[in-house]
Amino acid sequence: MRKRYGRELSVAASILALALVLAALAPGYFSGENLADLFLANMPVLLIALGMNMVILTGQIDISVGSMFAICGIVAGVLSKTGMPVACAVLGGVAAGVGMGAVNGALVAYVRIPSIVVTLATMVALRDGLRWATQGAWVSDLPPGFQWLGLSQGSYPVLIACTVVIFVAATGWGLRHLAAGRAVYATGSNAEAARLAGIDTNRLTFGVFAVTGALTGIAAVLNSVRFNQIPSNAGLGLELKVIAAVVVGGTAITGGSGSTAGTVLGVILLGMIGPALTFLGVSAYWEQALQGAIILAAVIVEAFRERAEKRVARA
Amino acid sequence: MGITKSFAGVRALRGVSFELRAGEVHALIGENGAGKSTLIKVMTGAVTPDAGTLRIAGRVVTDNDPGTARTLGIAAIYQQPALFAHLTVAENIALALESGGAWRTVDWSARERRAKELIARAGAAIQPDRLVSTLSMPEQQIVEIAKAIGAEAKVVIMDEPTASLTETEVSSLFRVIGVLKSGGAGIIYISHRLEEISTIADRITVLRDGETIGTRDAGEVNREQLIAMMVGREVAAVYPKRDVPLGAVALELRGLSGREAGIRDVSLRVRQGEILGIAGLVGSGRTQLAETVFGLTPADSGEIVLNGADVRIESPADAIAHGIGYVPEDRRQHGVVLELPIAANTSLSSLDRVSRQGLIDSAAEQALAERYVTQLRVKTPTVDAAAGTLSGGNQQKVALARWLATEPKVLILDEPTQGVDVGSKSEIHGIMMDLAAGGMAIVMISSELPEVLGMSDRIVVMRAGSVAGELSRADATQEKILSMALGHPV
Repeated sequence: MRKRYGRELSVAASILALALVLAALAPGYFSGENLADLFLANMPVLLIALGMNMVILTGQIDISVGSMFAICGIVAGVLSKTGMPVACAVLGGVAAGVGMGAVNGALVAYVRIPSIVVTLATMVALRDGLRWATQGAWVSDLPPGFQWLGLSQGSYPVLIACTVVIFVAATGWGLRHLAAGRAVYATGSNAEAARLAGIDTNRLTFGVFAVTGALTGIAAVLNSVRFNQIPSNAGLGLELKVIAAVVVGGTAITGGSGSTAGTVLGVILLGMIGPALTFLGVSAYWEQALQGAIILAAVIVEAFRERAEKRVARA
Repeated sequence: MGITKSFAGVRALRGVSFELRAGEVHALIGENGAGKSTLIKVMTGAVTPDAGTLRIAGRVVTDNDPGTARTLGIAAIYQQPALFAHLTVAENIALALESGGAWRTVDWSARERRAKELIARAGAAIQPDRLVSTLSMPEQQIVEIAKAIGAEAKVVIMDEPTASLTETEVSSLFRVIGVLKSGGAGIIYISHRLEEISTIADRITVLRDGETIGTRDAGEVNREQLIAMMVGREVAAVYPKRDVPLGAVALELRGLSGREAGIRDVSLRVRQGEILGIAGLVGSGRTQLAETVFGLTPADSGEIVLNGADVRIESPADAIAHGIGYVPEDRRQHGVVLELPIAANTSLSSLDRVSRQGLIDSAAEQALAERYVTQLRVKTPTVDAAAGTLSGGNQQKVALARWLATEPKVLILDEPTQGVDVGSKSEIHGIMMDLAAGGMAIVMISSELPEVLGMSDRIVVMRAGSVAGELSRADATQEKILSMALGHPV
C-alpha cells in the first residue's frame, strides 16, 4: 500500500550483496543447474508465502500450511493411483487444500477463535491424522503420467516458472488494484474501522485462509510430481520458512502493511542462504542459525524505522 | 481537620478549585465534558496538572502518580469496577493492599480472613474464594469498597456508582457510604441522578466547561437551580444554520428495539434537508441507536423505513446500499484507517464507484479523493499522504469524505466535532449545512448542547435507551434538554 519501497530495497540490497560475495568466492553457485535446483526447491515456499502474506496482512496467521502441504501431496498421489486422469488428481489435491483452508477460515472468522489457536490445532490434527491414515508409508508406484505431469523433465521447470510468475503477478496486482485487496489492508490495520466502513471482514478473513489453502495445495501437487515417491512427512517446518520469508519481506506481523514484492524478495533471500553456505564451504548446520539472525535483523530494523516514522509524524 | 485540595489552570480544567472535608459526601456534577473525569484523574495521579496545587490533609502533594495517590489514601471506584475477573475476591483485595517483594510467601488463610472482615465492614457477605467473574455488578462494587476500607482511604471517589444498580442495591450502597463517612473518610460522589444527590450529598459542586461554577450546601439548592448552574451559558459561537426547504421523510424508525444495543421502542423521523439533533447523556443509547440503524448491532423488533419503504438492514453493507452513511465517534479507533493514504480512506466505502469489474481505477480514486479534499478543505499536500499524518480536524474531514463519497441520503454523524479545533469545527458545521441544503437528511449525535441547539431543526433527547422527549428548534433550551436527559421534566 505504501508508496515507498524502503524495506523492499533493503532486502534487495542484501540479496545483491550475498550474490556478489558468491560471484567472487564461488562462481559455481550461478550455474544454470544450481539455480534451477534452487528455484524448484523454493517454489513451494514462494507459492505458500503469497497466501501467507495475505493472511498476515489481514492480521491473522496460519501455521497449519506444513501439514496441509503433506496432505495435499498424498491426496493427489493416491487419487492418481486409482487410475483417474492426472488432471483430476491434481484438482483433487488442490481441492483438499481449499477445503482445509476453508475450515481454518471458518473457525477464525465465524466461530471467532484466534487464528494461532485454530491453526495450531489443525496443524497437529492434520499431521497426526495423516500419519494415522498412511501408517507412515510413502505413496509410491505412481502412474507414469503423474511424474512431471506427463511433461518432459526439461519442460516441467518452464511450467513451474510460468505458474509462479502468474501467481506472483496475480496476488501482487490483486492486493493493489482489487477492492478485495484494499479490504485486506484496511482490515489488517484497523478491523473495527473496516467493519464500520462496510467491509465484510468475516468473509474476507475466511477468504484469505481459503486462498492460502488453495496455494498450499497447488504448491504441494507441483512439488510431489517431481519425485517418484510422495513422502507422508513432507512439509515439516515449512510454516516457519514461509512465515519467516513474509516477515523478512517487510510485512508487519500485526497486519496492515507489506507487499507481494517484499515477500518474493524475502523468499529469495532466505532460500539463497542454505546452498550458499555449502558453496562457501561453511557447515550447512549454520543455515538455520543464520536464517534466524536475518529474521531478527529484519524485525529490529523495522522496529527502528517505525519509531523514526512516528517521530516524524508527530513533529 | 479538613482535607483541602485546590487546583488552578489544569488542562481541560481552567482554574478549578475544589475542597473535600473529612467525613462529608461531596457531590460533583456537570454536563458531559464539564471536566469531572479530568479532575478525578488529577486526584488519582493519572494526569499531571499544568498548574495548581493538590493538598491532602494540609500537605502539598507534588509529583502525584497513581502509586503516590494510593499511599496518600485516595481510592477511586469507577462505574465499571476495575477488578481482575479471573482472580478470587480475596486475591483482588490482597493485590490492592499487600506490598512486598515478588518472592514473599502468601498466607492464603490470612488473605481470606482479611477479605471476609473487610467485606463485612462494607456491609455485605461475599465468599472470599469466589471468582470476581461470577459476581454481580453491585457485588463487584462492594469488593472495590472493601479495598478502599482496607487501604484506610481518606478520600474515596465514586464515579457514577449507581449507574447499573437497582433501587434496593442503591440503598444498600448508601448505607455503606454512611459507614465510610462515619469512619472519617471524605467521599466524592459523581452522578447524573440529581434525586440521589440530594439524598446522599452534604455539599454539591457544579463544574461547567472546566470551571467551578459554585459549591452549595445540599440543603439550600433545588434541582432547578442545579440544572441552571450546570447549563448557564449562552450559545456563544455563531452557527451557520440556515432554513432550507424540507422534503419528504427520508428515515423513519418505528418502535426500534434491540436487547444487545440496549435500546427500547425508539421512534423518530427525519426529513430531507433536516438536521435532527440527538442529545442525551453518555450511555443513554445514542451511539447504540446509530449502530442499530447502521446494521452493526441487530434490532429485535421495530421497523426502519427509508424513503417510505420498509427495509431490512443486517450489515453495514446493507445500510450503505440503502443510502445510509455513519461517521462514528472516536475517529482514531473507528473512523479513519491511519496507515492508509487519504485517497484509500476516502474510497473505502465506495470502491464500486471507482472500480470497473472489481478493478480499482487509481485515476478515478485520486480524482474522487481530490474532489472531497477540495470540497472539505482538508489540509494536506497530497491525497497519497497517510491519514495518520493529519490533524484531528482533518482526519474527521477524511472520515466525512468517505461517507460523502457514498452519496448517502441519510447521514448519521456521531460527535462530529469532538476533539477538533475551533476552526475545523465551524468548517464542519458549514459542510453539514451545505449537505442539508442539498437535500440530505442528517442525524447529528452530540454531547455539546450549544452545538445541538445551534445546528438542529429538531432535537430528540434520549435517556436510558429510549426517547425521553422531542423539542422543536424554537422550543429547545439547554435547561429543557438537560432536564429530559436527566429525567426531570421541568
